[in-house]
Amino acid sequence: MDRNFYIYLLVMGVTVFAIRVLPLTLIRRPIRNRFIRDFLYYVPYVTLSIMTFPAIIDATSNPLAGLFALMAGIIAAYKEMGLFKVTLVCCFSVLILEFLL
Amino acid sequence: MNAFSKGLKTGIPIGLGYFAVAFSLGIAAASAGLTPFQGFLTSAVMNASAGENAAFIAMKESVPYLQMALITAVSNIRYVLMSFALSQKIDPKAKMIHRFLLGFFLTDEYFALAISQDPYCDPYFSYGAISFAAPCWALGTALGILMGNILPPRVVSALSVALFGMFLAIIIPPAKTSRPILILIILSFVSSFLLSRFTSLSQSTITIILTIVISSLGALLFPVKGGDHGS
Repeated sequence: MDRNFYIYLLVMGVTVFAIRVLPLTLIRRPIRNRFIRDFLYYVPYVTLSIMTFPAIIDATSNPLAGLFALMAGIIAAYKEMGLFKVTLVCCFSVLILEFLL
Repeated sequence: MNAFSKGLKTGIPIGLGYFAVAFSLGIAAASAGLTPFQGFLTSAVMNASAGENAAFIAMKESVPYLQMALITAVSNIRYVLMSFALSQKIDPKAKMIHRFLLGFFLTDEYFALAISQDPYCDPYFSYGAISFAAPCWALGTALGILMGNILPPRVVSALSVALFGMFLAIIIPPAKTSRPILILIILSFVSSFLLSRFTSLSQSTITIILTIVISSLGALLFPVKGGDHGS
């Protein structure tokens, strides 16, 4: 790195703060536009889905273990086991499968 | 149990997942020449995995400062959408300071926690989770720089799916009763897989494009019945 780390961090920090905080602070009333409301209602589910797959099979050393964790996680979440237990199910699936393979 | 303690408990799996991801991020930071303290500081300020990774690569290449701003904006642009969505989940009567704090700590995971509550999120629930998970994130980065490959690969591998387990716990239960959400989840999985395998787009670009396209499609095809927004 030839440049100043602290200036980099300042630039990064200001940029990311603007991105995260401006929409939150500028929009304080419920949005009335139907399309925007419905769009924002679906955004979280869509974004989290996109970030889950195929990222989960790329995260593990063996892609099969990631796929196994995905299946196990979906079943556990379907049974409404809650955040903590679903997370544990996924982690142990990987541990077990990568131990076997 | 009060909201803060409940949040703290929910923050444990998030923190463990963060620790593993931050640890490997620390290895990238070390190759850019950062000290453990600088890595800690970056993670404490940024709270962003993809964004920090892109920034460490840019630092290594000594890009101009303006370009660093651009890279930061692009790799974190999905938070604009999340910030908009979160703005609808905060009680309009809530103090401004909550908006600043929840915005500063807006990550994929804290976002998932906030939107899983109805009708408005309780800021103190989020603060509980953040108070455990955010230090894990910053310390994980510093330790990654300091110790490199000290955790066995198997443990890193297992810890790295913790985050996805959390995502699943958020998105799957509502899909049981809402067919539109189920369809959008399947569509998201398939198209995200196709774009990541058959194009050279970065993960962050894919996330931006698909979020806008698929959520718009959802809003057009499946209008939400009045008052069912949870907001």
